[in-house]
Amino acid sequence: MSEQRARLARGGRIDRSRICTFTFDGRTYTGCAGDTVASALLANGVHLVGRSFKLHRPRGIVGAGVDEPNALLTLRGGGRTEPNIQATMAELYDGLSAVSQNRWPSLALDALSINGLFSRFMPAGFYYKTFMGPTRGAWMWFEPAIRRAAGLGKAARERDPDRYEREHAFCDVLVVGAGPAGIAAALAAGRAGSRVLLLEQMATAGGALLDERTDSHAERWRSEHLAELEALDNVTLMTRTTVFGVYDGGVTGALERVHDHEPEPPRGQPRQRLWTVRAARTVFAAGSTERPLLFGDNDCPGVMLASAARRYLNHFGVLPGRRVVVHANNDSAYAAAGELRRAGAEVTVVDRREQPAPDVGAALRADSIELISGARVERAHGRHRVRAVTVADARGTRRLDCDLVCVAGGWSPNVHLASHLGHRPVYDARVGAFVPDTLPEGQFAVGTMTGELDDAGAVAVGWRAGLAAAGQTDDERAPAPPATAAASGWVHAHGNGEAPRGGPGKTFVDLQNDVTDRDVALAFREGYRSVEHLKRYTTLGMGTDQGRTSNINGLELMAGLRGQSIPETGTTTFRPPFTPVALGALVGRRTGRHFRPERRTPMHDCHRERGAEFVRAGQWLRPRYYPEHGADVDTAYVAEMRAVREAVGMVDVSTLGKIDVQGPDAPEFLNRVYANGWLKLAVGKARYGAMLRDDGLVFDDGTTSRLAEHRYFMTTTTAEAGPVMSWLEFLLDTAWPDLRVHVTSVSDQWAGVAVAGSSGGHVLAAALDGVDTSDDTLPPMGVRDATTDDGLPVRILRVSFSGERAYEVYTPAGYGAHLWERLMAAGQPHGIEPYGTEALGGLRIEKGHPAGPELDGRTTLDDLGLGRMARPNKPFVGDVLRHRPALESEDRRRLVGLQPVEPGARLRAGALVFPDGAPVEGHGIGHVTSVTWSPTLGHYVALALVAGGPAREGEIVAAASPVHGEHVRVQVVPGVFLDPEGERIHA
Amino acid sequence: MLRIPCPFCGERDHAEFSYGGDARVQRPALDDRSEERWYRYVFLRDNPRGPHREFWQHVGGCRAWLVVERDTGNHEILDVRFAADAMKEAQCE
Ligand SMILES: [Zn+2]
Repeated sequence: MSEQRARLARGGRIDRSRICTFTFDGRTYTGCAGDTVASALLANGVHLVGRSFKLHRPRGIVGAGVDEPNALLTLRGGGRTEPNIQATMAELYDGLSAVSQNRWPSLALDALSINGLFSRFMPAGFYYKTFMGPTRGAWMWFEPAIRRAAGLGKAARERDPDRYEREHAFCDVLVVGAGPAGIAAALAAGRAGSRVLLLEQMATAGGALLDERTDSHAERWRSEHLAELEALDNVTLMTRTTVFGVYDGGVTGALERVHDHEPEPPRGQPRQRLWTVRAARTVFAAGSTERPLLFGDNDCPGVMLASAARRYLNHFGVLPGRRVVVHANNDSAYAAAGELRRAGAEVTVVDRREQPAPDVGAALRADSIELISGARVERAHGRHRVRAVTVADARGTRRLDCDLVCVAGGWSPNVHLASHLGHRPVYDARVGAFVPDTLPEGQFAVGTMTGELDDAGAVAVGWRAGLAAAGQTDDERAPAPPATAAASGWVHAHGNGEAPRGGPGKTFVDLQNDVTDRDVALAFREGYRSVEHLKRYTTLGMGTDQGRTSNINGLELMAGLRGQSIPETGTTTFRPPFTPVALGALVGRRTGRHFRPERRTPMHDCHRERGAEFVRAGQWLRPRYYPEHGADVDTAYVAEMRAVREAVGMVDVSTLGKIDVQGPDAPEFLNRVYANGWLKLAVGKARYGAMLRDDGLVFDDGTTSRLAEHRYFMTTTTAEAGPVMSWLEFLLDTAWPDLRVHVTSVSDQWAGVAVAGSSGGHVLAAALDGVDTSDDTLPPMGVRDATTDDGLPVRILRVSFSGERAYEVYTPAGYGAHLWERLMAAGQPHGIEPYGTEALGGLRIEKGHPAGPELDGRTTLDDLGLGRMARPNKPFVGDVLRHRPALESEDRRRLVGLQPVEPGARLRAGALVFPDGAPVEGHGIGHVTSVTWSPTLGHYVALALVAGGPAREGEIVAAASPVHGEHVRVQVVPGVFLDPEGERIHA
Repeated sequence: MLRIPCPFCGERDHAEFSYGGDARVQRPALDDRSEERWYRYVFLRDNPRGPHREFWQHVGGCRAWLVVERDTGNHEILDVRFAADAMKEAQCE
């Protein structure tokens, strides 16, 4: 275990009394409560933390927050393994384990980085050309090697044991970012009485104020104003909550890392929470990101943003280097220089400007800091940690030994969120950066993200926006709070406008994606000159950090090459997410069984008690078969079919869609929505009907019964119950508002059981005491409502899906289980057996009834052999377009039956149909839609849609399933295998 | 992330509604035998930028079909009416 040798004895906001032990690449270190993994590693003098994405170059810690491009680690283990976590955002806890990524065999010795092997192998544009160009096919060859060599961390293969939640929040004013401007805005709106939600992505509120010393005026300002916010009941501050997306209607998405800072969430608590925030007004106070300066080998570990160095020094109490070169093109780095010096480091400032501000020089002299002005760092030296830099000025070059280079290239406003709704950022030449354009009503941008770099200004602007968001004008309330006096008196500044350029060695523009200045130049030479092309060609800015430290430098390089200004070269808009969001958080609790609602029929428990195997049918759970009937599904469903054909069976049909249709115009309505005629259906009769869509293809089918003069009971297929209901409502609301008809879904109100088999009538008579089920009162297609002796209300339809004498018995859902048990008991002497969806399907296939696999949204009535149902002399939905020539073509795929030439052969649904002896190539002449073993015939039978259809009857064709290696010769036969005259329904 | 003010139920999240397509296309009369007119109604759609009239159904609420005028550029809801009323008005015009 190594001591924290770079930790200062005093200062910072960490808790030195709470030591956390953690491992990095298997080695044990200690840190303090309040550290991030990055600050703890730096406290232990560890700068080398990873290998780069493409070139496998050693990389260190560059930033101190969400801007970090390099220090991506894999945290935790097992199912909790999380790759690509920024060390700068990962809070330390006792027992944390982190490993570096993209290195083999170890971080210090990486085989793939030797001689820069990969840089020649994968130049800029590699992916672009491989995917887009004529060498597309080469990807097959490159892929395995590239997948191993390039990339980030690996996701876990185990299930994530943690729980994620989704929640909604509502407020008057949402403030994004708790820096000086955000705190001022929240305070203004909060004092004015608005419901305020202030979201801060870091663990501690304060934003850039956390870069300041804990004994500074800025820190006092921070704690006093946060305390006042805390005291306001109408203000909620949430830390560790990152706004990742801004959406229409005042909606904002935010990710709260509820327990990421602990080994695992407490019992019952979520790991992360995804918030959907709906705010009347939103104030963006997202701050700004420091820009690196470019020079040769600027990716060497130990090259760090000056603001990050201040954060490590003043917030974490870590001195990240002892011999420091501060390389700047503006004044904002001088605070870092002075503070590092006073903390004990030797400091040299290399300023690219000839003449830094006069008071700067005096302050540096007072601190014994050497200033080299009008000079630039040309190149960094060192392998796993910077050892020296080459500095060049008008007089020549010299070498400065160092172990830390702080770079300060000016500031880039964090415009991302303000551009999510499509508002392109605009270039502000005054501050040399992109700033948010005029925002839509109800949105405000404040603070340094607007290019306002004076802290007093940021607070004042934040305050005014807070008041405006709360619906108040400036002068209605007390004056703004005083400025924070942050940055120790130094005003932040942007760069001096000098165009960036690279140095000797490799100069990295985008550290995360390994994009160099030469890659940008190559893109320019090859004609990829617009910003969007540059991004795609080089992958500049397309990493998980969204190019926060690289976009503007890449753009300036391209502008220089094109000899144009930055606005002429263009910018890019940003899309959500601002920072990566774990899939687990997006999914929330909607996983596993909670992925979608599960619907159970009223008889569910009856089936479960019998040990039924269930199958999902849409949202429904339906019995697939009852294992009591056989050792496996194949033997069980055949036994169930046999019971129906030879005696009697019953099946739960509660899942069918059921619609109550009422009104004087109901007959006319049905006559319009069904292809067949309905005007002559008598009260007490049911009829099979088929519905078309407007385009003439078959939509759904089912039976509809006339219960009374103006009242019908429609059933639909299980799958289309919802769509049919919406469709009928659509027609009544929009097409025929004059029809006096009302439709009501009663699917959930009725439980249904179908009793099928020659003894079905006896079972019904025995079960439903007092209900007359004789053929006289209930002939085929007869319907009646009745009540049993003991008051059980039932509706009986004598309709058959199986081809047997059959009854559908409906009862209010609450009586469903009772009805099931009653029928089961009454059927006992007749050998009744329950059957599931497999047997249900098998029975209808034997009878050639089309169902879901045939009603696939591509078939016409004629395709299904139902063309004669359509009434020629009445208009109905879909009648015009069903006559389109292509839908009437003779060679369309039409419904036929298939049976194997070899009686023992097995058929398979989904198999393709080919002419006999033809090679199995392409899509064939048709496909097998439904298959069952026929216990009556003793072989498999199938329904299929085959080109030419019934015209092929008698022909031998082949049913091939290349994925199963199956090829079966079959004969085309009529689609009705059993009882084509339909005599069994009278049995 | 839209909210649609249903004339019957009040303002509700768009998750309660389902989209029903272009409300500007003129559905031919049921007894219109013109294949051309049915073809145009079923298959031809504009993709306008800006205000657009479209059908939405309040499936998770009162189940009414609505005609919603929505700006496709910024998703602003400009007008909402019961489809039955909108259709009757259109017939009167
Ligand atoms: Zn409604």
